[in-house]
Formats: sequence, structure tokens, C-alpha cells
Amino acid sequence: MPTKSLIGYANVAKRFDGGRVVAVDNVSLEVAEGEFLAIVGGSGSGKTTLLRLANRLIEADEGVITVEGEDVRAADPIGLRRRIGYVFQSGGLFPHISVADNIGITPQLLGWPAQEISVRVDELLDLVRLERASHRDRMPHELSGGQRQRVGVARALAAKPRIVLMDEPFGALDPLTRDALGDDYRELHKKLGLTTVMITHDMTEAILLADRIAVMRSGKLLAQGTPAELATSGDEYVGELLRTPRRQADRLNEALPRGGA
Amino acid sequence: MSLLTDPRWGEALAHLPDYLGNHVRVSVTALALGLAASLPLAILSRNRPVLRGALLGLASIVQTVPGLALLALFYPLLLALAALTLNWFGFGFSAFGFLPAVLALALYSMLPVLRNTITGLNGVDAALLEAAQGVGMTPRQSLTMVELPLALPVMMAGIRTAAVWVIGTATLSTPIGQTSLGNYIFAGLQTQNWVFVLFGCLAAAVLALLVDQLLALIENGLRSRSRLRAALGAVGIAALVAATLVPTLARSPSSYTVGAKTFAEQYVLSALMAQRLRAAQLSATTREGLGSNVIFDALASGDIDVYIDYSGTLWANQFHRTDMKPRNELLGELKTMLAKQNITLLGELGFENAYALVMPRQRAAELGIKSIADLTSRASTLSIAGDYEFFSRPEWTALQKAYGLSFRGQRTMQPDFMYAAVASGEVDVIAGYTSDGLIAKYDLVVLDDPKHAIPPYDAIVLLAPKRSGDEKVKAALQPLLGKIDIAAMREANLRAAGNDASSSPDAVARWLWEKVGK
Repeated sequence: MPTKSLIGYANVAKRFDGGRVVAVDNVSLEVAEGEFLAIVGGSGSGKTTLLRLANRLIEADEGVITVEGEDVRAADPIGLRRRIGYVFQSGGLFPHISVADNIGITPQLLGWPAQEISVRVDELLDLVRLERASHRDRMPHELSGGQRQRVGVARALAAKPRIVLMDEPFGALDPLTRDALGDDYRELHKKLGLTTVMITHDMTEAILLADRIAVMRSGKLLAQGTPAELATSGDEYVGELLRTPRRQADRLNEALPRGGA
Repeated sequence: MSLLTDPRWGEALAHLPDYLGNHVRVSVTALALGLAASLPLAILSRNRPVLRGALLGLASIVQTVPGLALLALFYPLLLALAALTLNWFGFGFSAFGFLPAVLALALYSMLPVLRNTITGLNGVDAALLEAAQGVGMTPRQSLTMVELPLALPVMMAGIRTAAVWVIGTATLSTPIGQTSLGNYIFAGLQTQNWVFVLFGCLAAAVLALLVDQLLALIENGLRSRSRLRAALGAVGIAALVAATLVPTLARSPSSYTVGAKTFAEQYVLSALMAQRLRAAQLSATTREGLGSNVIFDALASGDIDVYIDYSGTLWANQFHRTDMKPRNELLGELKTMLAKQNITLLGELGFENAYALVMPRQRAAELGIKSIADLTSRASTLSIAGDYEFFSRPEWTALQKAYGLSFRGQRTMQPDFMYAAVASGEVDVIAGYTSDGLIAKYDLVVLDDPKHAIPPYDAIVLLAPKRSGDEKVKAALQPLLGKIDIAAMREANLRAAGNDASSSPDAVARWLWEKVGK
């Protein structure tokens, strides 16, 4: 691989319930610097577990995980999490503090001066296209779902991480918001030179946003590669996942006259 | 006289700084101690189901113990502890009043705080805990920045419940020697002074509401992140505590404390002794409404200086004697036994307040009953009522044994209602008190005790060990000895049971002094 690997999984396994449930089964995977990787799989496929192993929200039972070349077991988990951005499924915003305080939380934990945090919050509001004045002091419950998720992205980026992990970030949004937010994030990813790992169950979203896609099922990594490389995978399940968006697109084309809508 | 112009309101108001101050101090200290214990325990146990179960179980059990009993239990417990520390480390502490009250009330406050804090913390959305971890919070930061703020409304509800409970229950700390708003209620109930009862209840209710609202203000301030409101609430509570400290600091420490048990005669006699001490230029205060289990130990340890007890009570309850002696022999022996504990038996007042079986005069005549011996054959068709302790006292056992009494039924009653009950025929016989004024009022008759099964109950003046050589106090009280006969005491008690301004213990004590002191 030409570029250097920023996150690496080598023969990683994780079991729950005293070994009865194998969530991640001998997975090896590299994420290159600057890459946008999507992990696709159904519920219970182990994709969320795999993501959480990277910032030690969960500890691996077997194998080695490296972040920026360092074995995560040797890293302080608190420090590790502060330098990795994390976007939660439905925002995960703290309901008792304002939008600005939510965005500035990691810098605050890192001990940045208040003035610097304030400047950074404004910067981030611009970045995620939320109007500063009208959003800064709002409480999370006063925001729409899309706005909340924009704040979630801003919070993840606040401490200028190189890596961003996203756990089905756009799953709960309406299609228009979802599309806009996905495009906006893709742009940020490029502009800021981020390395992003995003979990999704939606192959279409993965194909549209990610550089590479990893497919998981029952804890196993079935295939990984660009959409084109995946198409050559012999795996039946991977093939089915790829055919579904194509079929949908064909049906859409039939139903909607070209140039219409 | 209309209720509003009753001069007893003024009298009640005069006690307010003392009673309210003590009440606030004991409640706030207990609440602070309770919170200091409950909050860390709740936080510690939130992820430990076994510890959590044990704590909540224990706190629930404490809650089922009636407040009065819990407070009373702490007194002997601390007394034993104080004796131990004195033996082992050479220092003791007062097990009377403030300390047992604070400990019992603190324990009482724990359940709502524990339960609500645990419920509040466990109710925080797991996704938010994960988010807290994900943004890089340490467990402690997650607790203080996310979990506690989110649990705050539920926690504060528990703290407010605890505050109201503690302030209400603190009224029950009067019998263990802690002055509180309960002094109004206990004194009022015993002397039929409904103005006092009402005043005490109102004052406690107003205090509880005030503290509740101040806590609500703090909660509101914390929740809306308004430092101003939180500070206002905190300042309010601090001001309340400070305001109650001022009269105490300003007041000169009283040198003599006169104790009184929880019934009207004791209120009158303690008032009388305090008046005599003051007349002799000695400063004196009264500590009223002390439980009969507490008052003797309080005297022995010097928490009070003087009080009136009854020879038979000490004989049977304090020295656990079951044998009977003639009146003077018993007094002599009692004096020797008390002297061994350095307690001075100054002398008798001149009357007995003994248990006695009492019937309406007319009914007794109809049935031909003159003495308890005449009851023996009739008892199986009659019912008897006594106060809360009578049927478990040695006198009752002795009576049953001596006369072979077996009544159709027995009931326990509040002493004030007993006399009316026997007068109206609700019960046939009551175990009354010989000095009670109601005996004359309802035209009742005291049945003779030819076999002397009931011991003599001479009212005697007892002095604390530290006052054994105090000639001034002895001289001040000397004029009372041998002067108060049963008729005078009965009339005094009847006056004290009246429901008007002249029935306050102080007024009755002045009347009694007029009658016997000259």
C-alpha cells in the first residue's frame, strides 16, 4: 500500500457473554491515511464493535489494533479518545448543555483556554453550515435531527483530530437531509485531510461517500475494496448487497422519466 | 375569648427564637450529615447491585421504625458509647439532646436521598454515557459533567423530601432532650394548650415549606445554570441558619437547667422550681418534655441540674426492685442508693403521684366497691384502661398477684382521655394518678390498696451530682419541701388542664406558690 496505514486491525477478535457471542471474528483490515472507509453490514454483523475497538470503547480479546502506528493497548484510552473524533448514531449530544458547550467539550477536556474554544466553536459552526448567532446558545432539544447531527460532526472535529469514526451518522435522517449532510461531510473529509471510518447498513450510501468499502457479516470480514473491486468478489452476500442499489436505480429510472422530477 | 386574641399566642411567640433556632440547627445539621453520607454511598453503589440492594434495604428498614422510637433508641446507644470512650480514652460526651437527635434524623433522611440519587443516576440514557466516554471524559468527568447534572432533578426531589421529613420528625426530638418546635406540641398536648399545639404545627409546617422552596430555588438555579438563583437559594438557607444562631449567641448561658417529664404536673413543677431559682437570683431554664427513660440519665450525667421524680418509679424502674417497703423505709433506702451515684435526694414535696385504680363515685357505691379487694370478685365483668406503660409496669403485675384480678378487657389510652372515658362508662375502671385534678372534676373515687401492692410514689426533688454541694440551689428549693399536699397538687393539675391563658405552666406555678409558699 503506497500511503501509510493510520488504523490497522490484525487478526482481531472480540467475544461477549463469556465467549458465547462472537462479535468480531479474526478480522484484519487497514485504513490508509486520508481514506474514507465505509463498513457495511446488517445488524449484529459486528461492524459497530469493530469501530469501537479502535478508540478502546471496547477492548479486543485477541489480535493487535494500531492507531497512527501505535498499539492501542499501550495508549492511554482517555487521550486516545480525545484525539479521535467520534460521531454517534443519533447525535449523542448532552441535553443539559448548549450547542456551543457540546461542540467545545473535547477542547474543554483538553484544557484549551476559553477564548480559543469560543473561536473554534464559531469556526466549526461555519464548517458544518450552521448559522453562528442563531445556533450557538440553543439547547439540543431545540434543534432538528439534521441540525443535531451537524452539531455531532462539529463536536467530533473540535479538537482537530486526524481520524473520525462515525457510527451510522445519517441513519435516522430524512433522505434530503441525509443526502445534503453526506455530501457536506465528504467535502469536509477532503478539505481537512481526515481519515474517516463510517458504519452504515446502506450500501448506496457507502458507494456514494466512501473510497473503499468493507463488508461484514456474523463478525467476519467478507470482502474489502473499492466498489469496483467488490464487484469481483465471489461472495454471494456481497454480490447481493451490490446488486440491490443497482436494481433500485434501474427501477427508479423506469418509474421516473429522465430529466423529470 | 376569641382564638386570635388569646394571650398564649404571645407566650408561644416568646419561645420562638429558642425553639425555632434549635429546630433549624438540629434539622440542618442532620440533613447535611445525611446528605454527606447518602450521596457518596449512592454514587458508589450505582453500579454495584448487591451493595445497592443492601443499602436500600437497610434504609427502608430504618424508615419503618417510627420516628419517636428511632430517636429514643439513639439515647441509650450513645450513652453506652460515651461510657466506653470514657473508660478507654478518658473522655465522654453528652448523649443527650443534640447528638442523638442529629444521628437519628440523619439516618431518617437517608432513604429518599439514596433511592432518588440511585434512580436518577441509573436513569441516565446509556447512549449519553457512551458519548461521554467517546468524547474523552474520565469516569469522574462523566459523573460530574453528565450523570449528576442529568440526575439532578430526581436527586433534588429526594433531597427535598428528606428535608421535609427531617423538619417534621425533628419535632419528636423533644423527649430525648433536644429543644425543638416539638416542645410546643408536647407541652400543648399535655397541658391541653391547643394554642401551643397549633403554633408548633404551624411553625414546623412553615419552616418545612420555606426550606423546600429554598431547595427548589437552588435546583432551579443549577438546572438552568443560573448561578444567581442557585446562590440565592444557598444564601437563603445560610441566612436561616445564621438567623437562628444570633439569639443563642446573644443569650447568656443559663447556669441551671430544670428538667420535666412529658406530663402536665411536671411542666408545672419545673416552672415552679425555675421561678424559685430565679427568685434567688440564679438564672434558670427549663428542659421540658423529656422521656422518663431519658431524664434520670440526663440528671446523672449533668445535662440537667434538677427535676422531680417519684420514689416508686425510681425504685422499680431505675433500681429494678420488686420488693415492697413502707413509705419512709423506701425513701430512706432510695436516698442511700441515689447517693452512691452522687445524686442528691433533696426531699419530698409532700404529695404522692401514685398509680391508683379509679372509678366513678356513684358506680362504686352502687356496686359496693370501696377497695381493690372488692374488685376481685367483680373484675371478670368489668373492663380496665391504663396509660401506655401501665400494663407493662411491675405495679400491674403486683396488683394482679396481690388481688387475683382478671378483668373482662383492658385498653390503653392517652391519659387525658382516660378520666372522661371512665366517667362516661366507656370503661369501668382506670389506672389513674392520685394527684390528677380530673379525679375531683369528674367526681371519681380512688380505691384503697389494703395490701399495699402499689409502692409509694412520693414526689421528690433530685439534684445532679455536680450540684451536690451547691447550697444556693438547695436554699432556693427548700421552701417547696413538704409544702405541696395532694389537694393543692390536684387543683394545680386541674388548672393546668384548663384551656385558657391562666392554665399555662408558669401561671399555674405562680398560683401554686401563692397557695403554698406563704
